Amino acid sequence: MKPALKNPLLFAIVFALIMVTGFVNSWNVALGIVNMGLISAIMALGVNMQWGYAGLFNIGIMGFVALGGLGSVIVAMPPVNEAWSAGGLRVLVALATGVATIVAVIVMRARMAAGRRRTLSTLALLVAGFFIFRWLFDPAVAAIEAINPAGTGYLGGLGLPVLIGWPVGGLLAAGAAWIVGKTALGLRADYLAIATLGIAEIIIAVMKNEDWLSRGVKNVIGIPRPVAREIDLQNSANFVGWAETFALNPVTTSSIIVKLSYAGLFLIVLLILIWLAEKALNSPWGRMMRAIRDNEVAAEAMGKDVTRRHLQIFILGSAVCGIAGAMMTTLDGQLTPGTYQPLRFTFLIWVMVIVGGSGNNWGAVLGGFMIWFFWVQVEPIGLWLITVITSGLAEDSALKEHLLDSAAHMRLLTMGLILLLVLRFS
Amino acid sequence: MDFLNALVAFANFVLVPATSYGAQLALGALGVTLIYGILRFSNFAHGDTMAFGAMATILVTWWFQSIGITFGVLPTALLALPFGIIATIALLLFTDRAVYRFYRAQKAAPVILVIVSMGIMFIMNGLVRFIIGPNDQRFADGVRFIISARDFKEMTGLSEGLAIKASTGITIVTAAIVVTALFWFLNRTRTGKSMRAYSDNEDLALLSGIDPERVVLYTWIIVAALATIAGTLYGLDKSFKPFTYFQLLLPIFASAIVGGLGNPLGAIAGGFVIAFSEVTITYAFKKVLIYLLPENLEPTTLVQLLSTDYKFAVSFAILVIVLLFRPTGLFKGKTA
Repeated sequence: MKPALKNPLLFAIVFALIMVTGFVNSWNVALGIVNMGLISAIMALGVNMQWGYAGLFNIGIMGFVALGGLGSVIVAMPPVNEAWSAGGLRVLVALATGVATIVAVIVMRARMAAGRRRTLSTLALLVAGFFIFRWLFDPAVAAIEAINPAGTGYLGGLGLPVLIGWPVGGLLAAGAAWIVGKTALGLRADYLAIATLGIAEIIIAVMKNEDWLSRGVKNVIGIPRPVAREIDLQNSANFVGWAETFALNPVTTSSIIVKLSYAGLFLIVLLILIWLAEKALNSPWGRMMRAIRDNEVAAEAMGKDVTRRHLQIFILGSAVCGIAGAMMTTLDGQLTPGTYQPLRFTFLIWVMVIVGGSGNNWGAVLGGFMIWFFWVQVEPIGLWLITVITSGLAEDSALKEHLLDSAAHMRLLTMGLILLLVLRFS
Repeated sequence: MDFLNALVAFANFVLVPATSYGAQLALGALGVTLIYGILRFSNFAHGDTMAFGAMATILVTWWFQSIGITFGVLPTALLALPFGIIATIALLLFTDRAVYRFYRAQKAAPVILVIVSMGIMFIMNGLVRFIIGPNDQRFADGVRFIISARDFKEMTGLSEGLAIKASTGITIVTAAIVVTALFWFLNRTRTGKSMRAYSDNEDLALLSGIDPERVVLYTWIIVAALATIAGTLYGLDKSFKPFTYFQLLLPIFASAIVGGLGNPLGAIAGGFVIAFSEVTITYAFKKVLIYLLPENLEPTTLVQLLSTDYKFAVSFAILVIVLLFRPTGLFKGKTA
């Protein structure tokens, strides 16, 4: 089948599957799938940039997504003034001291000749810097977290409109990607993978434990929204009247309208990103990236700084993931660091990229929708399948009970199987 | 200045747990490093292989316990271990035949093999949860403590007790036996030598007439045994929960890389380095310092370098630092 025909056909199939879900289950479920599918498609786009253009195997996506979520919290939540006056300034000074220590160490190492003196000075500077940092940091954090720990207990945000939080999330992720890239990009592909996974774990650990920043596992709830709230719609007489003229239930309709608004916003972001990615691909910069991808040695011989280009792509791809993370936190309305788990995010996104065909932007988007759809629907379908298979067994059979309980775990198995089959046969 | 009490407290909360954890990590890292050295890719499915091996051993242990076979003071799981190993060998040989062999014949890039191992990780994870469920499973029996804290205090009259669990002792003894056997195999037998030759220089090894498929077969068998033993020992010591094995994968990789990927001695050293760092950096030294320092210098805070929540972050930080400054690892494994 010609590619020009195949792609729209595959999109049509996924669209049809979602329509079927809408009719069979409910439109709320279908729109939920669409929204998360859009976000997953954007993440797949970012990862595809890193893998397809530069061959970088980044499995620390979860960290960048979490940072994106943090960005939306930092921008949109109202500031907690008492916390700022109690310890905000001191925390900033402490962080600046920490950064200054690291910069000082790097500069000093560059200036000194390699040898025992340099190693000892590095250690001494690091130890001294660490203790000064803790001396400044710990009391400030204790003061901040003591302010209304049940309700706030953190610094809050800037109180700006939440849509600004999305690019800010992308910027935060880009900053982290710069640090990660500088340290880890010279390494072999599987070393890079492990290093990125480790750094993502560190980022998540920091977010879970630094309550003064993100409330840790107490979660930040009530993040402001860019769209209307269902309850406001349900209370507005205009809306209820409008719904009744179409004989629609106001409660479900309000939910559907809100989801549609999110879908519209996300679709705009996705289309902008795809447009940017496609334009970049067909530009001189894109041709250079493809040249590097096809033959790195030749590109280096032509004078292209391959490591710098890889760093560029790494930062861009991670920024896209950060934007998606900010969007996801806005959709959820809360920041829950405990939910950022590697199995859910990182590997699922990779399945999407592989299934979509690495290096292909539209493929990544399609992969995002398809895999997300299956991830959500495999559980009920699997349950139905196992119910059918075990319908022959007795009602209280232990085997039947065990199989029915375990149906939920079919998800992971199916994802792994899909990944292996696609890698092998396409 | 109560030096003895400080020493006992330090041993009880740092030395003994770290040694046990280090032995478990070392066994896991040995498996990872063997696969890297011989099959030349990082096997992300290793954690879930350990889970599968432990699960197989647990099922046989439960069956043994139900028909009344026990092992006296030692846990029954040790009797069930060979059966678990056989089951894991079957699984790994199956995955090799069904999945990896294709990519080996194609001489696929290592990163493709890593992605494939991720797919296998998903499948094994789902399989383990499907068969035994995602919850905590307890299967340890036999005597619990070699020395309990109370016995120690009675024997020595100190106020701090040193408890050594039986599972800790078993872990260390088993690990020592397994490592000795493995090194004897690698260094003294022809098959072991051919494996090392294949790992060092594939082309020369093939020229010398070494059969690569045999080498791969032996590798998977040894890795299956190591993974099952490591997984079962970890399950005996802590408890069996499928999710924790995926989390263990990350310190195991850190140990293997820190010690030098592809170098078995490095894997063991790396395991202990990571274990000791994790435990020492997150240990609250307040108690030990109270014993050591005079009254007026006693600490009021916990004196913890990093909070315990950062345990995994510590092994990663060490990994990243090693990758930055000495990518070949402590024992000069394969280059980055």
